[in-house]
Amino acid sequence: MVVARLEMRGISKEYFGNKVLKSVNLSVAPGEIHALVGENGAGKSTLMNILFGMPVIRNTGGFEGKVFIDGKAVDITSPEEAMAHGIGMVHQEFMLLPGFTVTENIKLNREITRPNFASRFFGEKLETLDFYRMREDAKKALRRMELDLDEMLPVAGLPVGFMQFVEIARELDKETLNLLILDEPTAVLTESEAETLLQVMKRLSSQGISILFITHRLNEVLQVADNITVLRDGEVVAELESRKATVDQLAELMVGRKIEVTSRSERHSTENVKPVLSIRDLHVDMPGESVHGVSLDVMKGEILGIGGLAGHGKIGIANGIMGLFPSRGSVYMDGKEVRLNSPISALNSGMAFVSEDRRGTGLLLEESIELNIAVQAMQSQDKFLKKIILLRIADMKAIREHAQKMIKELDIRCTGPDQLTRRLSGGNQQKVCIAKALTLEPSILFVSEPTRGIDVGAKKIVLDLLVRLNQELGVTIVMTSSELAELRSICDRIAIIYKGRLEGILPIDASDRDFGLLMAGELSYHRKEAS
Amino acid sequence: MTEQQKNTLPVTETRLERKKEPFDPGYFLRKNVVPIFFLVLCIIGGYYSGLSLPFLANEIITRMARNSFLVISLIIPILAGMGLNFGIVLGAMAGQFAYVVTVNWEMAGLSGFLMTCILSVPLAIVFGWLTGRLFNRAKGKEMISGIILGFFANGLYQLVCLFFMGRIIPIRVPSMLLSTGVGLRNTLDIKAMHYALDNIWKVRIKIPGFVFPIMIPMATIAVIVVLCLFIRFIVKTKLGQEFRAVGQDRHIAEVAGIKVDRVRIIAIIFSTVLAGLGQVIFLQNLGNINTYGSHVQVGTFAVAAILIGGASVKKATISQALLGTLLFHTLFIVSPLAGKNLVGDAMIGEYFRVFVTYGVIGIALALHAWQSLQQRKTVTVEAASEPVSGGGK
Ligand SMILES: Nc1ncnc2c1ncn2[C@@H]1O[C@H](COP(=O)(O)OP(=O)(O)OP(=O)(O)O)[C@@H](O)[C@H]1O
Ligand SMILES: [Mg+2]
Repeated sequence: MVVARLEMRGISKEYFGNKVLKSVNLSVAPGEIHALVGENGAGKSTLMNILFGMPVIRNTGGFEGKVFIDGKAVDITSPEEAMAHGIGMVHQEFMLLPGFTVTENIKLNREITRPNFASRFFGEKLETLDFYRMREDAKKALRRMELDLDEMLPVAGLPVGFMQFVEIARELDKETLNLLILDEPTAVLTESEAETLLQVMKRLSSQGISILFITHRLNEVLQVADNITVLRDGEVVAELESRKATVDQLAELMVGRKIEVTSRSERHSTENVKPVLSIRDLHVDMPGESVHGVSLDVMKGEILGIGGLAGHGKIGIANGIMGLFPSRGSVYMDGKEVRLNSPISALNSGMAFVSEDRRGTGLLLEESIELNIAVQAMQSQDKFLKKIILLRIADMKAIREHAQKMIKELDIRCTGPDQLTRRLSGGNQQKVCIAKALTLEPSILFVSEPTRGIDVGAKKIVLDLLVRLNQELGVTIVMTSSELAELRSICDRIAIIYKGRLEGILPIDASDRDFGLLMAGELSYHRKEAS
Repeated sequence: MTEQQKNTLPVTETRLERKKEPFDPGYFLRKNVVPIFFLVLCIIGGYYSGLSLPFLANEIITRMARNSFLVISLIIPILAGMGLNFGIVLGAMAGQFAYVVTVNWEMAGLSGFLMTCILSVPLAIVFGWLTGRLFNRAKGKEMISGIILGFFANGLYQLVCLFFMGRIIPIRVPSMLLSTGVGLRNTLDIKAMHYALDNIWKVRIKIPGFVFPIMIPMATIAVIVVLCLFIRFIVKTKLGQEFRAVGQDRHIAEVAGIKVDRVRIIAIIFSTVLAGLGQVIFLQNLGNINTYGSHVQVGTFAVAAILIGGASVKKATISQALLGTLLFHTLFIVSPLAGKNLVGDAMIGEYFRVFVTYGVIGIALALHAWQSLQQRKTVTVEAASEPVSGGGK
């Protein structure tokens, strides 16, 4: 038998008395792609953080159990040591320095240097950076993923999908790499980007690199993984070969119950309804997702889907309207013009936004869940405030009650409304973002990639919730998503964006072929041909 | 998704490239509002002070040569994300202690000056190391810790100078001590090393019609140029890259394997050592040490200067430090006279001076706050993706 590249035995971990891993075993062979699946908060990231020696583990009292690399027991206490053992990790949250260029990020702490006069006396820390060779390396790593990206761009402002590839490029650039941990790498990618990534993973594994892969997209698991470990509430509930597994079976194992697919029974017809939001010739300068003149009407009470390939601007529309990126054009809500480039006036006119970029929406990581949920409503709508004499202070009781309601409705897995959002698992942070937008009680809700990083069970909850909001409260919803299936399951109509322009709007029952043609811009191609 | 698309895998069709920003005067003004505001103040002050240009130029050159070093010593901690290092007061103390030693050894001239420089370094390293360790325990609160540390260190400094010198620490030169034989005098005479550096090479430029020529201390300026080159060099090294990485996000730097605490301590040591040398240069130009006062305001003055130059708590460049020194000291020279000429009261002039030092810190910080608010409003790409440590995807 081959010696396992990685073996973790009896791993247990407690966070402040909360047992999040209970004697977990995991084994990965050389060149194997091993998938780790489980609900939000099941402990996947925690297990990987242990393996990678993340400071958060040490700072919260360490862990129990043993880790073996290539058969030898190792004691990994810092990321540096993990790297020395050939482990690379792409974290669930971004680990890129926004002010650094792509090259600088890829080569972070592994810079290529050349000796100079000073370094001869004071050691290699004073060696000069060799930017030319660093750029060459960065280019090489990016090329391995077929990514055409200027390696001297600053990371700040890159679209999230690109950031993800930069992170993977950073790991690929490590020559000693033989075990790659990918914590939800595809969550921020579109289907086609994800596809590219899966192929890169396969290529790497054929070169002998073992990969530990966490994802909530179960079909990806079946596509690339050799073996699958399913975690539920910190325990391994199953280990299976992916050849023998099915999506339904995995989903059931993860959640412990059966899950049906969301679909709406009744859909709105958009005829004879007047538009609540009219977008005219909108241009948005969002790097990598720029919009070049979109005109679109959103009907009252509908759920409008916006789809398209990455980089074509579907993400830019909501970001532009909400004033997060410089934009021009005009947007009318109920016939009144909404000021662009002003997040406040967008909020005040009754729009709310769940961003695809959780960092951008500004979760206050050092604050409690309840405060995060309430803060925007307090600021822009004077909610949750009570008057005491002249001062207006936060009404903590109302905030708590509201937060508890949200936690229940969205199934946010936490120890209570006063838990810091930093201590939530990634998917549960996403749910807090949604709760925050809902608290504004918007008449139009923009949601971008709402189910990104959310497990199958929670995904259903979120989609159901959107439908309920729409049906019961009459909220008009504009949902941007890279998953066509998701758009189809709840939308009334789906607008496809191509090269920053509206390519066409299709009903949900249009064929795959039609959607594909629109996304690839075939239609406008033929139009040009004809004229 | 159709089959055909899956095969071609267009990650994206729009290649992301760097863009050249067109020059926008409005943006330029907003970006440089702080130095521009103070430049205008300097010009108004200069006009009303009634000083002749050559005199003013002379004063400014002297002060630039004297102070730039201290101001530049603030840059590295800013890069490393530790804000304005008020702890440079400890560096200044190291410089002064070094002078006590060389004066006690009755050294003079250039050799005495060089010896003082050499002695100040190990002391400053120790002080810097202690400061750095303190700052590592108070991450995110370095500035206020630095200010408090300055007060605390000043207490210890007084204790050493007042009670230990002459008692525990033997002092050979009786004129340094108070008449009781214990404790240093209020002023320490370092005439023997006055202008030791400045006088190596001075260029005199005669201006027709004025009695005094403009004097340029070339040697001192050369030292400052070398320092600037040194800072630029450091930024381009591995160490510099670590400073910048830690400055942007400690957590990410740590995960990348950078020893964050160590890097931060090194940054503070650099700063403290440079401040020590800066104080030695400063004092050789002055010719005497106000034993209990020379170091006290070093931190505040340097901070005020660099802020006026347009630096912020998070970002500083060499040119900002130099420009800031220029503007701050110009204001310092002209404001008392301008105040007097405008209002006709000598006290007003003094008041102006105090206002200048403390007021400018306040104004500069307020302008910076306003600036970042503006940035937020216009929502540049930068603001929208402002670094928030941690966070999800
Ligand atoms: N720093 C922390 N302090 C306290 N508790 C934490 C911390 N990080 C995570 N937890 C808790 O540990 C549990 C497991 O979290 P983990 O991040 O491992 O989940 P996950 O499986 O990665 O979920 P997701 O799919 O949402 O990313 C959760 O209940 C979470 O609240
Ligand atoms: Mg996770």
